[in-house]
Parts: sequence; C-alpha cells; structure tokens
Amino acid sequence: MGKKNLVMVGNGMAGVRTLEELLKIAPDQYEITVFGAEPHPNYNRILLSPVLAGEMTIQDIILNDHDWYAKHGIKLHLGKKVSRIDRVLRRVIAEDGTEAPYDRLLLATGSNPFILPVPGNDLPGVISYRDIGDTDAMIDAARRYRHAVVIGGGLLGLEAANGLKLRGMDVTVVHLADWLLERQLDQTAGRMLQKSLEDRGLKFLLGKQTEMLIAGESGRVAAIRLKEGLQIPADLVVMAVGIRPNTTLAESAGIYCHRGIVVNDTMQTYDPKVYAVGECVAHRGIAYGLVAPLFEQGKVAANHLGNYGISRYTGSVTSTKLKVTGIDLFSAGDFFGGHDSEEIVLNDAAGGVYKKLVIKDNKLVGGVLYGDTADGPWYFQLLRDGQDIHEIRDHLLFGQSHVGDVGHQGHSKAASMADSAEVCGCNGVSKGSIVKAIKEKGLFTLDDIKKHTKAASSCGSCAGLCEQILSATIGGAYTPAASNRKAVCGCTDYSHQEVRDAIRAQHLLSIDAVMRFLEWQTPDGCDKCRPALNYYLISTWPKEVKDDPRSRLINERAHANIQKDGTFSVVPRMWGGLTTAAELRRIADVADKYQVPTIKVTGGQRIDLLGIRKEDLISVWKDLDMPSGHAYGKSIRTVKTCVGLEHCRFGTQLAMAMGVKLEKMLFDMYAPHKVKLAVSGCPRNCAEAGIKDVGVIGVDSGYELYVGGNGGIKTEVAQFFVKVRRDEDVLEYAGAFLQLYREEGFYLERTCHYLERVGLDHAKQRVVEDEENRKALYGRLLAELKDAKDPWAERVAGVEHNEYELLSV
Amino acid sequence: MAEWKSICELDDIPRMGSRVVRSTSGNIAIFHTSGGEVFALRDQCPHKGGPLSQGLVHGNQVTCPLHGWKLRLDTGEAVAPDEGCARRYPIRIDSGTVFLQI
Repeated sequence: MGKKNLVMVGNGMAGVRTLEELLKIAPDQYEITVFGAEPHPNYNRILLSPVLAGEMTIQDIILNDHDWYAKHGIKLHLGKKVSRIDRVLRRVIAEDGTEAPYDRLLLATGSNPFILPVPGNDLPGVISYRDIGDTDAMIDAARRYRHAVVIGGGLLGLEAANGLKLRGMDVTVVHLADWLLERQLDQTAGRMLQKSLEDRGLKFLLGKQTEMLIAGESGRVAAIRLKEGLQIPADLVVMAVGIRPNTTLAESAGIYCHRGIVVNDTMQTYDPKVYAVGECVAHRGIAYGLVAPLFEQGKVAANHLGNYGISRYTGSVTSTKLKVTGIDLFSAGDFFGGHDSEEIVLNDAAGGVYKKLVIKDNKLVGGVLYGDTADGPWYFQLLRDGQDIHEIRDHLLFGQSHVGDVGHQGHSKAASMADSAEVCGCNGVSKGSIVKAIKEKGLFTLDDIKKHTKAASSCGSCAGLCEQILSATIGGAYTPAASNRKAVCGCTDYSHQEVRDAIRAQHLLSIDAVMRFLEWQTPDGCDKCRPALNYYLISTWPKEVKDDPRSRLINERAHANIQKDGTFSVVPRMWGGLTTAAELRRIADVADKYQVPTIKVTGGQRIDLLGIRKEDLISVWKDLDMPSGHAYGKSIRTVKTCVGLEHCRFGTQLAMAMGVKLEKMLFDMYAPHKVKLAVSGCPRNCAEAGIKDVGVIGVDSGYELYVGGNGGIKTEVAQFFVKVRRDEDVLEYAGAFLQLYREEGFYLERTCHYLERVGLDHAKQRVVEDEENRKALYGRLLAELKDAKDPWAERVAGVEHNEYELLSV
Repeated sequence: MAEWKSICELDDIPRMGSRVVRSTSGNIAIFHTSGGEVFALRDQCPHKGGPLSQGLVHGNQVTCPLHGWKLRLDTGEAVAPDEGCARRYPIRIDSGTVFLQI
C-alpha cells in the first residue's frame, strides 16, 4: 500500500514541530509536502528580537535547514502562498498554480499583524514586526533614518523599540493604555519597567491614540499625529498592536472559524481530514501567541495524524518574560486578582524590585516579578501544579531556598552570572555555552539542555539555574511541564502518578504488562523507566511481583558500587556504626588477600573497600562474612549514631542501641531513593540527625523525630514530625513514615522532595494523627521486611552467578 | 587472522543482559536483546571508557553505566547528540552456541 499524502500549509515553528513529532512516531506513514509563503526554511521567530538588537544573525536562528527537509523526504515549496483548498477533490492550489493532493491537511498559517485603520497606514516606512522581512526593513531603516515610532507598548513593541534604540535611532513608543504591558503587568510593575527603559533613552507617550500617519516630500512616512493634536517626527513606524489569527484560507474553504480556525481537543477542524495548529487556531475559544502551548498542540496533532489517537490538548497556562537584555520581568496567570483572592506584595521602589503573588483558596493563581525573577519558574510550577501553598505561605514571597545548593559557587540567580561562570559543576558547563546551545541548536526545554550540553544531567542541582537561563534566553516560549504530570521518560507520555495508579487499579504484575497496558512507545523502555516500573511493581504488589534484575542499574544488580575504572567498591554493614575487633581483622585480611588499593572510612560510619574486581566480589563477600551495607541501593543505607547515653556524659537516651534497632528493622528496605537515618542521644546532635530522611534526637523525656532532611545536592533541614516516649514508638512512627514514602513517593524522589510535593501536613495526618493508618502502614512494612535476605549471602550461595563470571575464548 | 571461536551457549546470556569475554586484546561485551539478537562490542564506552557490558540493555541499545551515553548495539555508534563509536565484533549463533570472531 502506498503512503498517504500529508500537506502542510505554513512553514513556521508550530507546524514544523508537528512534523518533527510525527516523524518521531510514524516516520514512514506519509509523503509530506510543505508550502511556506516566506522564502526561508523554518526559523526561530522568538529570536527575531536579538537579531534586531544585533546580538544574533539570521543564520543563527534557522531551526530546520534545507538539508533537514531533504533528509526526511519532505517536498518543500518556499515562497509559494496557497490560495485555495479544494476540499472535494482534496488538493491545495498555490498562487502560482502549484497543486498538491492530500489525504490529510495540516493548516499552520500562523497570524497576521493587526494594522491600525488610520489614514497613511500604507505609506512606505510603515511596517509591522512579524518576520525576517520586517526585521531586515528595520535594520535598514536604522542605517538611513533617525526617528522611529513604535505603536504599541506590548512585548513585541518594546522589544522592537529596544532593538531600534540599540541600532542608534531615536525611539518613541506610543501606547493606548495607561501603562506598558498592561496585559502582562499591573500598574506598579509597568511604571518600574517604563522608568528603566527611559533610563536607556526610550521615550513614551502613554494613554495616546494614533490619528493619522503623515507623508513627507519623498512620499515616505514623516510624522505621526495623535488624537490630541500632538505631532512627532517619524521616519519609521512600527505597528505592534497585536496579532490576528490568519484564517483567510480556511474561511475561503468553508472551514468553520471564530477568532481562529476552530479545533477540538485533538486539533481537528470541522473537516475531519483537516487539522490545524499554531497561532491560526482557536482552541476552546483561545488563540495562543506563545510558542510553548503551540508545541503542545503540535504534539497532540502528530499523535492523531500518526494514528495513535490517544492524546488530547486541554489548553495551557502561559507565562511571560520580556527579552530585553538587562531587564528582569516575569508574569504568569491571573496577576490582577479580585475580591475573592489575596495578594502578597513586596515593593522596593528604590532597589528596583517588585513582587506580587495572587493567591486564591490556598493556591497560587498568578504573579508578577520585576527586578528579581529568579523564582519565576518555581512560582510558575506551583501555579501549574495547583499546589496547596498554605504551609509555605509565610516564606513564599522570598522564593525557593537555593541556599543549600552546591556546585555553582552559591549562585542562585542566573541573570547576574557572567558568561564564563560555571553553571554545572559536575560536567563543567558554563553559562555562556548553555546560552549558545539554546540559541544555535534551538533548544526549548530543560531536557534539551541536558541532552545537548550535559548541564544538569548528573546531580541535577543546577536544573533551576538552567531553567532560568532558558527562560531568560527564549522568554515566554519556555514552559516547564507541571511536575506532577511530567512524563516518566521519553518512552511514554504518562506521569509517575498515572503509572502508579494504573499498576494498582489494573493489578499489573510485570513490566511487560505495564508497557502493554499503557502502550509504551519503545520496545523495552530505557534506563530511566525500567528501574522506576520495577520499583512501582514491587512496592505495590510486594508478595506477587518478582524483582527483575534486567531492570536494575548495575549497582543494584551487582550489589556493589561501580567506579570510574569499572571496578567496584564493597561496603559491609556495621549496624549503627558499630564494629568488632573480629570484623576489623577480617576486613584487613580481605584487603591483603585481594590487594585492595584504597580503604576509606565513609560518611555513614563504616568502611569502604575500593577497587575490587567484579569477578572477585563473591569471594570477597564470603571472606568478609558480614551482611551487605546496601551502599549501592535505592534502599536503606545507614543509621548514623552518636555514642549516646551508653558512654556520653551528656547523653539522655541510648542512641547506639536505638540506631541498631532501627537499622535491623529496615534491613534490605527498597525505596524510591536512598534512605538515611541518624540517632543522637541529646540535642547537641552529634549524629547530624537534622539532615537525614529520618532523624531521631533523644531528649530526657523521650525522642523527637524529624523527617525530610537532606545533606546532599541540596542541603535541607529536616522538619519536626512528632515527639514520642518509648523506643517502640520510634520504630512505629519512623517505620510508618517510611512506608508512606515507599507507597507514595515517585522513583528517585528523596523524602525531602516527596514532602515538598505532598506537604508535611499530609504525612502528619496519615502517620501522626491517624493511629489506625499508622499501625496499618507499620504492619505492611514489617510484613514486607520479615523475610528480608542478605543479598550478599544469597549470591555467595549461588544466586545470579552468571552476573559475576567472565567468559573466555 | 581472525577466527570464529565458541564462547558460550545462548542461554548463558540473559535476555536484555550481557556477558563479558576476556581476550588478549581487551574485554568484549556480548549483548542479548529482548528480540533475541546477539551483538558484540568492545567493552569500552567512547566517552570515558565505561564498561558497556554493565549497562542496561533496551531495544537495540545499551546505556553506559557511568554517564548514561546510549550506544547502538548494531553499529556501535553513540545515539545523537553524543558522538563516538565502540568497535564491533562479528558474532553468530550456531545450534544454540555463540561464536565470536576475534
């Protein structure tokens, strides 16, 4: 059977992204033909402003060059405007007579700039700001003329004004509303923006309406007259007063349009053979003008064109960031608020910082940031997630604490970093090289940055910085995925929560079954999803599911930590950090026998033997005759203790004994991520319980339990959870909390991240306040760990022996 | 002169798993995919020399255990945007026995 014909009208970002998504999932389904009215291949329209400002060239912003179209066998008609769609014979006809038949038609005709209906609007020297042609015209005018007037103080108008000013023109912005960016900013922030633009030499006439444009002797525009009679010189007039979806072609073909080509949630128009995406579309009554929602639309359209038929577009929340170098401005959602919402405001006029957050029903619904936008992406995430913020309300305005982050010299604000400053301390990636990659390679998401630059791809502590850099470079085009809806990985569109829910609801018992039921897009997943699925299966159906070694990464599969030279490290368990002379002798003997090059005392109060060859692991374990320390696993690691009441003159509780009890109870506990505990015998807290997943601090009258601490990438102080009297209570509350985390945590989510997502109150309600539930959780944990076996002993006895044996020829 | 040498039975290599052959010219990783195919690559990632044999096998790819590079088992080439290549070795299966040409 021959391929079907897909014709796309419009060669812009939304359309081409749809083709890219389609080629990914159904590369051979269609013969593709593309018509583009402009003479250029697909370019990054968002970056026209930097081109105008002289920071980039046209070549830099091409996203898909001619080779790309050729490589995918796409027939490209550039500079040909389609004038007619014949829906009966299913073909499109261009102005020059070129015809193309279609089985499916994709309309991506974009939008047209709105031209004010005033006399003189067609004079030479009056342009809009939409494409490469307009940009070239402005650059040319800046060389030859002096006075520029930009009509419209919106995002595009201000970026145009800034660019023209940088190119040496005298620029006045005429704006109808009383303040700039009235759709993105409230009045206070608008005034602050105006002041800082005035400091750069731009002039503003606000609350003014254009009456007419006046020609000079040459016939070119020479002046603009406003309604009150004021007249100012203008050799160039840029109209940036808004855009209108370009529906001319669709309407002429009788396809239903109302403020855009009307589509349903699958991006299908009223003609089932015709799809539409991008700025030409009206979805649920909204026409979007920012690129992020348009990309989401493209993905959905591709899914249906590719006959998958499972994806829906349900609308987008958008955010705004002005791309004027040196001005920090961010807004999102409903930032005006109303009688049923509350506001939190910080206004430091002299310092040039303004922040306003609008809250409704304990949720963030909008915000404006001026002067300090570092937390913009975080607020936007909270907004999109619809997260309950009442617990963090008192410090919400001060942003997400980045104080504990390490690896980038304490920087938390990307804007203030020099290009040479290191953003990713793991992979040595500077801010400059990230910005360069974003611009040159056309990156739009954090994942793109990780893939292309490696920044944020190891420990991830600089992910926030990378998001800031992304949002500063491409402006409102950047939209983070809602964190509770983020897909597990590239193999699926389903989120961690959806996968968990499906496993429980459908009683799925194997990775194969999950992948079949949720229609995984790759044959056997990848190194991201397989370990996650394996964990979800085991933690949901512990008695029925068998662990899959093929879905364990090497450390958990081999039960040792791989090192950079391919050897392994071995950390035997020392309960509560306690050991004996006999154990130490055996460790020393092993070190001699296997010529262990490095022996190190770990931060978890035990001993690490580094440089063991894989084929020696089993005999090393046999000779050590100690249980596994699980230093390699997403599992219980250690319970660190101080010497406690056993020896210490300040001790109030038996910290070592308590630590050993906890560690024995939790032995071999598999979890979403590693789990560390500590027990201190008094509030001096020598065991550093404040930065552990569960920290226990002995006091005279019992124990205080703290949860969600972290001493790693992001130093996070544990939060007080409960005070208990007896040793048994410590085991029950700590056990129940950890079981809750095991059942609800997303794979690779530490307790601090889990609590950030669900809220400490949630954990307290389920564990502290609900006795019945606590006992049930604790019971499930104990039942699951009752038959825990030492993985080292099992392997010494012959389990999985293939893993460790070399083959020879 | 390269010769075909028998190294193991097909059943000795777990599906979606691998084994390591020690040879005089260095370690060679033998992969067995979910589709039942077998491939051999030099056990060294072109990035920083990580032992590919210890990686997770998915489809016709392996993910290096050190820094997550993905390599195609059929060509030995890194998956874009990474660039690099691990040497391939000819391999065949004859009545359930795996032969490697080295």
